[in-house]
Amino acid sequence: MFINFFFDLKQASLPVSLKEYLMLMEAMNKRVVDSFNVNDFYYLSRSALVKDERYLDKFDRVFGHSFKGLENSEGETEKEIPEEWLKLMGQKYLTDEEKKMVESLGGWDKLMETLKQRLEEQKKRHQGGSKWIGTGGTSPFGAYGYNPEGIRIGQKESRNKKAVKVWDKREFSNLDGDVELGTRNIKVALRRLRKFAREGVETELDLDNTIKSTAHKGYIDVKMMPERRNKIKVLLFFDVGGSMDAHVKICEELFSAARTEFKHMEYFYYHNCLYDAVWKDNKRRYNENIKTWDLLHKYPSDYKVIFVGDAEMSPYEITYPGGSVEFWNEESGETWLTRLLNVYENAIWLNPIPERYWERISSASIIKQIFSDRMFPLTIEGIDQAMRELNK
Amino acid sequence: MKFEGTSSYIATEDLKVAVNAAITLERPIIVKGEPGTGKTMLAHEVAQSLGAEIITWHIKSTTKAQQGLYEYDAVTRLRDSQLGDEKVKDIKNYISKGKLWNAFESNKRPVLLIDEIDKADIEFPNDLLLELDKMEFFVYETGETIKAENRPIVIITSNNEKELPDAFLRRCFFHYIKFPDPDTMEEIVNVHYPEIKKDLIQEAFKIFYDIREVPGIKKKPSTSELIDWLKLLMTDDVDAKILREKDPKKLIPPLHGALLKNEQDVHLFERLAFISRRENENLE
Repeated sequence: MFINFFFDLKQASLPVSLKEYLMLMEAMNKRVVDSFNVNDFYYLSRSALVKDERYLDKFDRVFGHSFKGLENSEGETEKEIPEEWLKLMGQKYLTDEEKKMVESLGGWDKLMETLKQRLEEQKKRHQGGSKWIGTGGTSPFGAYGYNPEGIRIGQKESRNKKAVKVWDKREFSNLDGDVELGTRNIKVALRRLRKFAREGVETELDLDNTIKSTAHKGYIDVKMMPERRNKIKVLLFFDVGGSMDAHVKICEELFSAARTEFKHMEYFYYHNCLYDAVWKDNKRRYNENIKTWDLLHKYPSDYKVIFVGDAEMSPYEITYPGGSVEFWNEESGETWLTRLLNVYENAIWLNPIPERYWERISSASIIKQIFSDRMFPLTIEGIDQAMRELNK
Repeated sequence: MKFEGTSSYIATEDLKVAVNAAITLERPIIVKGEPGTGKTMLAHEVAQSLGAEIITWHIKSTTKAQQGLYEYDAVTRLRDSQLGDEKVKDIKNYISKGKLWNAFESNKRPVLLIDEIDKADIEFPNDLLLELDKMEFFVYETGETIKAENRPIVIITSNNEKELPDAFLRRCFFHYIKFPDPDTMEEIVNVHYPEIKKDLIQEAFKIFYDIREVPGIKKKPSTSELIDWLKLLMTDDVDAKILREKDPKKLIPPLHGALLKNEQDVHLFERLAFISRRENENLE
């Protein structure tokens, strides 16, 4: 059972290792906690297996999934909200018209039944997604207005009258690396890039160390250290306009974080795909653009390149000359991208669209291919991986 | 040896489990959390409740792992040798012990607090891997091995300024102190000020948690700030009624300096107060 749990964690891509698992077993063996108490086991396993608050939420979800039903043995009785309450509430808040609609759906019982099903479905479709049913959509639930009164229709558990299980509270949800992106978090993620700022061949005199070593040994002993490399230099390319409008906030955050993190940073805008010119000011993009060729020649190849864009366009915009929606491009976007990648060895693409949709967007797949798979989602996780990639 | 919280420190159930696991398995525990949630305090309280000695090692950006083990003062020795000092013959005279050495030597199991490990260089935790794992290290100058007689209880705090290496994390237990909910907070306050008036607490809490919810606030006030603020309220003998005041002119809580530590936050608050005042005037 514990082994399964361990593999469930692995599957959910939590960074757990055998060492930690053995540590947990050792702790169980030494009776750190009363092994019949599931809450204590939860605390213990969390403390032994999770080493970063970003993963706490994910852990809670996996734990809830792996040990589903276990808590019942503790005697926690599940109680449903008495139906009468809902009916009463319905009468209080529903208009006559709506009441008729309830009837047409087969009455309250049927409605509750469907609701249950819907809940079950929703849990399967996106685990750990929003717990609220019906945020003003097509669903009949929520539209009837028991949400305004604050009845939270969450997973089955929250319909208990009793308190929710600890891990189902998901108190750490906003610490999950896949979810929250604040500038501070982005900065921490971007910091990976300056990690290796002082590495390489030892070419500089290390005065402190030389004095120390000389005193230590009694003869002059010269110590060298790697040159403090000019801090990482970055070229940032932002996709603007069109489908990117939805992602403006996150791009702004990334931009402001990057600006403070990297001393040598140049940014440019493009639309959908890279062609023969980019620009620095969106108001004057047609008058004051910069030729891509100039750019490739101006910035040496030790610059690291970060593209930010949803890569959502017609595939022709990438693969064919003249494919651009805005002007006649002599050469295809692919040609330009390849040209750029030939100059800059370290280049990655950050995509604000969640990773699971990429495959379905053919243009995203093409770009991912051009970038030899170096496309990462614009989440803390993604930026983190991307920075590792850039460090290679 | 079990840690159960103390009369002056409220430990939640999960924190106790994590600490006890670290004590039993003799492994370090890493404690993270918002500033002011009692990370450093934890080590002192664990030591107090177990009746153990506490050895604290505060980490700075310039701290090297070696300094925790020992330091060899070669410069003094060189000078002494020129002066013909007798001391120079024994190298031991020039080795000063670090905090880890002190902890290993202790004849009763001590608590070793490595405070704010994230302040140090990124490689710092890696340099301590073996030392914390095996609880022993080798002194090259004298050729002796220092081994812990009683493996100390190692408590490490981090403010998340740098990420810690995976290999290091794998060897530790981990606990994230989440911000206490109002119930736990009330317990904490009771521990600090048992004689505080109930209604004052209620109103103060309301203001406190409201402030934490204000969107755009730069530095959320934390437990230690709440405690300070309550202390001020008590010494000034502020009445609960004043806190309950709904008069928008007094929207900024009294003695707010203890809660809002940031000029921008104070401005933000003043602006909010101004807006709400104007709205009220418009209504009238």
